[in-house]
Amino acid sequence: MTKHKDSLKISLIAILCGILLGVVILLLSQENPIALFNTLLKGITGIDLMGGTGLNLRYFGEFLLTSMPIILTGLSVGFAYRTGLFNIGAEGQLMVGAMAAIFVAIMVPLPPVIHAIACVIVGTLAGALWGFVPGFLKSRFNIHEVVICIMMNYIGMYFSNWVLRGLPGSTDSKTVIIDSGASLSSDLLSSLTNHSRLNWGILLVILAVFVYWFIIEKTSFGYSLRATGFNRDGAQYAGMKVNRNIIASMMIAGALAGLAGSIVALGTFNMGRVLTAFENYGFDGIAVALTGACNAIGIVLAGLLFGLLKVIQPLLQASGVPKEIGEIISSSIVLFVAMQYGIQIIMGWLAKRRLEKKQPAVIDANQNGGES
Amino acid sequence: MDLLYQMTPLALGVATPIIICSLGGLFSERSGVVNIALEGIMLVGAFAGATTNVFLQGSMGNAAPWISIIIGGIIGLLFSLIHAFASIHLKADQTISGTALNMLSTGLTVYLCQILFQAQRSPNFTASFSRVNVPLLCNIPIIGKLFFTNVYPTFYLGLALVVLTWFVVFKTKFGLHLRSCGEYPQASASMGIDVIKMRYIGVLISGFLGGLAGAIMVLSMEIQFTVFAIHGVGFIAMACLIFGKWKPFGCLGAGLFFGFSQVLSLFSSQIPIIGGFPSEFFYAIPYLLTIIALILFARKSVGPKASGEIYDSGKR
Repeated sequence: MTKHKDSLKISLIAILCGILLGVVILLLSQENPIALFNTLLKGITGIDLMGGTGLNLRYFGEFLLTSMPIILTGLSVGFAYRTGLFNIGAEGQLMVGAMAAIFVAIMVPLPPVIHAIACVIVGTLAGALWGFVPGFLKSRFNIHEVVICIMMNYIGMYFSNWVLRGLPGSTDSKTVIIDSGASLSSDLLSSLTNHSRLNWGILLVILAVFVYWFIIEKTSFGYSLRATGFNRDGAQYAGMKVNRNIIASMMIAGALAGLAGSIVALGTFNMGRVLTAFENYGFDGIAVALTGACNAIGIVLAGLLFGLLKVIQPLLQASGVPKEIGEIISSSIVLFVAMQYGIQIIMGWLAKRRLEKKQPAVIDANQNGGES
Repeated sequence: MDLLYQMTPLALGVATPIIICSLGGLFSERSGVVNIALEGIMLVGAFAGATTNVFLQGSMGNAAPWISIIIGGIIGLLFSLIHAFASIHLKADQTISGTALNMLSTGLTVYLCQILFQAQRSPNFTASFSRVNVPLLCNIPIIGKLFFTNVYPTFYLGLALVVLTWFVVFKTKFGLHLRSCGEYPQASASMGIDVIKMRYIGVLISGFLGGLAGAIMVLSMEIQFTVFAIHGVGFIAMACLIFGKWKPFGCLGAGLFFGFSQVLSLFSSQIPIIGGFPSEFFYAIPYLLTIIALILFARKSVGPKASGEIYDSGKR
């Protein structure tokens, strides 16, 4: 239990440090930091304390929409991380998932609803396939998964672009709009949130969060995955199928990222997009997973936070503050989480000082007792 | 043959930053620290180089790019200091801290562009590296036309750095110490080598070379700095390091090869056999080959053994 508490503390401190750094940078470059906090509020509710616009649920819908894929890539990275693997390949898995979903949406005629479900399933499986490669190479040849994942990201991007450009009706930058039967768009959710792009994908995200929590915390499979992550040799010795676990873990991680890609393609944009560069969903996922300490609820909360930092960027720009401050804050949060050893040292030092202040006599007595 | 004469100078231009950056990766990994932040370091170096160039080009003309790439290297070095501090002193996971720097680099550079230039990019360069013909040498038949005509001078800087790296890493005491820290740091420490110091030096050199490579890239390939200035070359450089088996001349060969495969996509329509392949295929070649190379190397231990491991002086 103390471990959970510690990682929560570290995450909160890292988030505070990140925001503080953002404010310092804004002050140094003579920008107004109040605009940052104003847009944070506006990003969730639409309420603008400086401009006077009131509550607008569309902002809330778009905020959820932005958070959805990065919660999923966060789950993807987190799942692999619990097995001791670093899935830096969520980006490529997501792109391939989006491509496969769009491929089915455009090329395979199916009745509505079933069509959308088929697209999501194929997209998810494509992501799993992309995750299989690093998992297999890790277990069979012991090649570091990070390097393979990075390579697979680029291969995934170029491969997806090639397929998408080749679909009937595609231009060099996008495919045709998909059938409404294959789309995840929801009139209900959209009208509830004042015409945002919020879609049925959110149900899939909630389902994925539940499945993640269930597998990791409640099944013996999840236990053996975690055991593999803690100590590979120990798990092997205890009779767990370590190699199978590594492959399975990377495939599930890939599937989660592939699902994210399907939702982005079928829900947010309703078409396939030929991208010349990464959109950083995968890297945001790393930020989300690490800040959320790789547990389900932590990832949801961190995903909402990083989604917010993403969704406020145009608002920041509109209020005259360079929008990249959002990126700077989220990346520095990751940096501070990475430096948690330093945070722990400072925390320990502070705790000791507090104790010393309170009861110096006791400490002295203890120390003397320890030495003698 | 004419096609080869057209392609080679372009490929050399593309290969130069890849080679220099992979040499940076070599220093870092040989000292035992994986530097996944090369991409971000290159971007920061490119930004610093481009900015310096914009401010100096009016007064210094053609000397400005040369000063700018040095500044790019220095800023890259300072940026890599974060990675060194986090991963060596604070025992951070090297992959995570590298990823964080990559993420930070895009936000930070464009933010600074907005502050300095009120735009998400730098103004256009009026002075940048231009292609030169090397006097005398360009008259040599065939070779002269391939390697000494219409080439960026920075390519020769890259060649010099390859030789220098080989000499430093494999022929000096310093290089031996550096390599030992990447193989078995505890043994190095027992021989009185300061592992922490060697790893700092390794990462900082990689920061300098990465920044240099980024600045060279933006000042020879682009007309201004944008956030897409590096578009994955830092990761290609990592691939190049692996494909070149963590050796300087291996990096040179792999870098040239990757450079050619990128340029091939531009010319593929003119070459009969490969004309049918989509351009995406050529872009993906470096990554595909690196995976294949890794599978082939897998049974032999090729890379530095302790690369990526947090240094724990008490470990046996």
